[in-house]
Amino acid sequence: MATTADTFQAHHDDAHHDADHKPGFFARWFMSTNHKDIGTLYLIFAIMAGVIGGAVSGIMRMELQEPGIQYLGWWVEFLGGGASDFDKAGHMWNVLITAHGLIMVFFMVMPAMIGGFGNWFVPLMIGAPDMAFPRMNNVSFWLTVAGFLSLMFSAFVPGGTGNGAGTGWTVYAPLSTSGSVGPAVDFAIFSLHLAGAGSILGATNFITTILNMRAPGMTLHKMPLFVWSLLVTAFLLLLALPVLAAAITMLLTDRNFGTTFFDPAGGGDPVLYQHLFWFFGHPEVYIMILPGFGIVSQIVATFSRKPVFGYLGMAYAMVAIGVIGFVVWAHHMYTVGLDVNTKMYFTAATMVIAVPTGVKIFSWIATMWGGSLEFKSPLVWALGFIFLFTVGGVTGVVLANGGIDDNLHDTYYVVAHFHYVLSMGAVFAIFAGFYYWFPKMSGRWHSELLSHVHFWLFFIGVNVVFFPMHFLGMNGMSRRIPDYTPAFTYWNEIASNGYWIIVASMVVFFANIGWALVAGKRAAGNYWGAGATTLEWSLTSPPPFHQFETLPVIEDHHSHHDHIGGRPEKQGARPAAH
Amino acid sequence: MMFGGFARRQMRSLFLLLAALSLPVFQPVMAQEPAPPVLAPPQPAITSEQDAVAANVADDTISAADAADASTLDVAPGSAAYTPLGPEWIKGAPEPGAMTFQPQYTEQGDYALWFHDAILLPLTVAICLLVLGLLLWVVARYNRRANAVPSKTSHNTLIEVIWTAVPVLILVAIAIPSITLLARQYETAPADSLTIKATGYQWYWGFTYPDNGGFEVIANMMDEGEALAQGSPPQLAVDNRMVVPAGEIIRIQTTGADVIHSFGIPSLWFKLDAVPGRINERTLLIEEPGIYYGQCYELCGSRHAYMPIAIEALPRPQFEAWVRAQGGTVGAAEAEAAAGAGTDPAAPVLPGLQEPESSVEGAPGAGAAPTTTTAPGTPAPAQN
Ligand code: HEM
Ligand SMILES: [Cu+2]
Ligand SMILES: [Cu+2]
Repeated sequence: MATTADTFQAHHDDAHHDADHKPGFFARWFMSTNHKDIGTLYLIFAIMAGVIGGAVSGIMRMELQEPGIQYLGWWVEFLGGGASDFDKAGHMWNVLITAHGLIMVFFMVMPAMIGGFGNWFVPLMIGAPDMAFPRMNNVSFWLTVAGFLSLMFSAFVPGGTGNGAGTGWTVYAPLSTSGSVGPAVDFAIFSLHLAGAGSILGATNFITTILNMRAPGMTLHKMPLFVWSLLVTAFLLLLALPVLAAAITMLLTDRNFGTTFFDPAGGGDPVLYQHLFWFFGHPEVYIMILPGFGIVSQIVATFSRKPVFGYLGMAYAMVAIGVIGFVVWAHHMYTVGLDVNTKMYFTAATMVIAVPTGVKIFSWIATMWGGSLEFKSPLVWALGFIFLFTVGGVTGVVLANGGIDDNLHDTYYVVAHFHYVLSMGAVFAIFAGFYYWFPKMSGRWHSELLSHVHFWLFFIGVNVVFFPMHFLGMNGMSRRIPDYTPAFTYWNEIASNGYWIIVASMVVFFANIGWALVAGKRAAGNYWGAGATTLEWSLTSPPPFHQFETLPVIEDHHSHHDHIGGRPEKQGARPAAH
Repeated sequence: MMFGGFARRQMRSLFLLLAALSLPVFQPVMAQEPAPPVLAPPQPAITSEQDAVAANVADDTISAADAADASTLDVAPGSAAYTPLGPEWIKGAPEPGAMTFQPQYTEQGDYALWFHDAILLPLTVAICLLVLGLLLWVVARYNRRANAVPSKTSHNTLIEVIWTAVPVLILVAIAIPSITLLARQYETAPADSLTIKATGYQWYWGFTYPDNGGFEVIANMMDEGEALAQGSPPQLAVDNRMVVPAGEIIRIQTTGADVIHSFGIPSLWFKLDAVPGRINERTLLIEEPGIYYGQCYELCGSRHAYMPIAIEALPRPQFEAWVRAQGGTVGAAEAEAAAGAGTDPAAPVLPGLQEPESSVEGAPGAGAAPTTTTAPGTPAPAQN
């Protein structure tokens, strides 16, 4: 493609660009080819999706506060589903959990981590002027938006017992095929196609950028860990998403064109769908957390004023997690009727993942060990991440045991597990990254005080919501139900109360951002000081519209051990790679 | 075991501490005694509904004393007299405010629970506390005030080897009981063991007894008022229980009639998906008579929450009486008799052809469409 080739050339001769010449509003935000603007768009999009997904979970927590059906009928009618009845209310519930899962995974965590921070900081950290394929970058973003709209639209068309797709984010056949009549599920599936296509394009863009556009002197082994994390994530996306695309396309043809891939009546097998889905799905969970690992590594090193401990181990632990992540998928399927040897294999393979994960946790702690810690908000969020991710990781190890999982599968214990790694792991990493880079991106300071208040409220809130779910799950409460036997009331009520603490924390968050944008102090180029040594800190805040028109050159350190060793005494001069 | 229990109590106090510290709002809730005593016959199941239970047990067809005797009660050979177990026999059910697994009533369940409580839980709690401790230490010792000049250490091969190797050893230690558990769960049933097939339908269960004439029992959720009146837990109680013999190995098969369901009983450590087009099979040995509740564990549509399972395990003679009460047969002789005169007695007895009960219109397996009285989850009056 000529355009991409041209753009690729652009950083060699920038003659036609004036450093800070920005296009007009429409061209800038709707036809953007600037990685920073696209990153901003992704972040705004992720925040909006997060608000919607979070509101949906609020409806869910209210409904679960006590046994019986309280609010679902009202929502059926509010969303235009006509007079509610019992089946429509039950269907409404399934639509809510489906929307919540899909929004949070595909339209909140992924856009924030990869589209937002990845777009913003991968080029900056490797000293590149932009992404390799800027126009494709824009396509990726708008495909994601289109996907989101398709999902929203699905909520208003028939999907079986009521409006909307009520299949769960896993979209298992045959509930998603013969079990859901009407176009809603088609639109939900199409939404995944669109978002998935956007992500595949994004992945190729990141891989090309990282492999080809590093500043002179920045070898792979000198790349900041955040860039490593995005590189591994991009490979996971590239290998996993096509499998999802194939699986959901087969769903579409089963639904609409008479194929029977997943229908036993025609020789198909519903379990085949699950294998395909989880072959994507397990790498997907690492897609959601690896960029978080990268963010936390940067932050921990910055605020310890120390290079990351065991840099190579950290980088290759992520590679190992990515590789092993492709051979453990059936731990999500322990109860489908696997034979005993298969179950033993997946038990063993799954537990292996805990090893590189442990390496990461211990290396973060070792980075801080001997450091000079400054408890700015990003570090506080990163500390919260390390602890809560550990809690989610160990429950993962419990679930990894196929024999134990017979009791825990599809109970609230699993819900607790994945919220500890996602709602607390991934989301804490996102907030850590947000406070770390917000002044860099906007040029304005948030309030550190409010950031800390936000942290404590959120930390308490998520634990009150999700910790009791371990108890509910062990005691047998099934997942994905709107109503339950009264014995489960006690912990559900507590969990539902915790939701409002989270809401309060988010009010603080938005107040903080609003205040910063209106009245925040101007941020300097390297506002975190000597510990912040990656290339984005060598630029102004916000960086110029086009940066690195002259490529930075990464100095060769006297010792290759000192990868991350930014030399504070060189402030003002061109900073070192890390 | 002991450490498991200890660790669990620690976790509970930690959590309560967290909640109490952070949430004055919850104080009233916390002040209540959360866990009522463990359910055991003859205590009524629904402690919060004690009055209703007491009132209704009285007019139940069998007295509590008789029911408590069910395990030893003699049943005349060939009898078809069957009375359902009363609520004092509920053994496997969630407890209000409980913080751990339900008590287990199978050998594998006991082993799995031991594995969890004695190995997994202490280890996971210890790892979390280790990480928390290290974090707190780092925060206290290496903050900017305490340590103004950071060290430059970025490598230590020995420690990196240790923190890779020690987790490997821990995981190997976990893998041994884990693999053992799997092997035990997959032991095959003796050829002559009783087979029961559980079929998941939208949204109820059907239990077929191919060895007993192939009849199918349809189990719909009992509505809330009836369950409470009976002293059974609402949303777990059903109109017809899945009756099985206790103390012997049985073979459970599962399949789905429409979409995937999942047949799960927490107190038996048993869960097996019911997948259309497949028959999954696992063995089950329930150690003692009693009622064990479970539910559907795979999202299956709008009434997924309303298709509970209630297993009633009875001693062999009572089980056989129940089979006869359903119009079924026990043993080859009865089966032959039921097949009617005119059969050549010398001809080998062939098992009757089994109808795919889910697909034949009007067959018992097709399951009566739920009516207003049987419809699960007929909107219960909002309870407050
Ligand atoms: C130590 C590493 C981990 C192990 C051993 C592990 C293990 C497992 C297992 C065995 C399950 C299946 C449980 C069941 O359905 O019965 C599961 C579910 C899940 N895990 Fe993890 N996990 C780990 C880390 C993570 C991470 C890092 C994430 C995401 C950031 C994650 C996200 C999820 C999600 C979303 C599910 C539920 C999917 C669903 O059924 O909807 N896990 N995990
Ligand atoms: Cu997984
Ligand atoms: Cu079901």
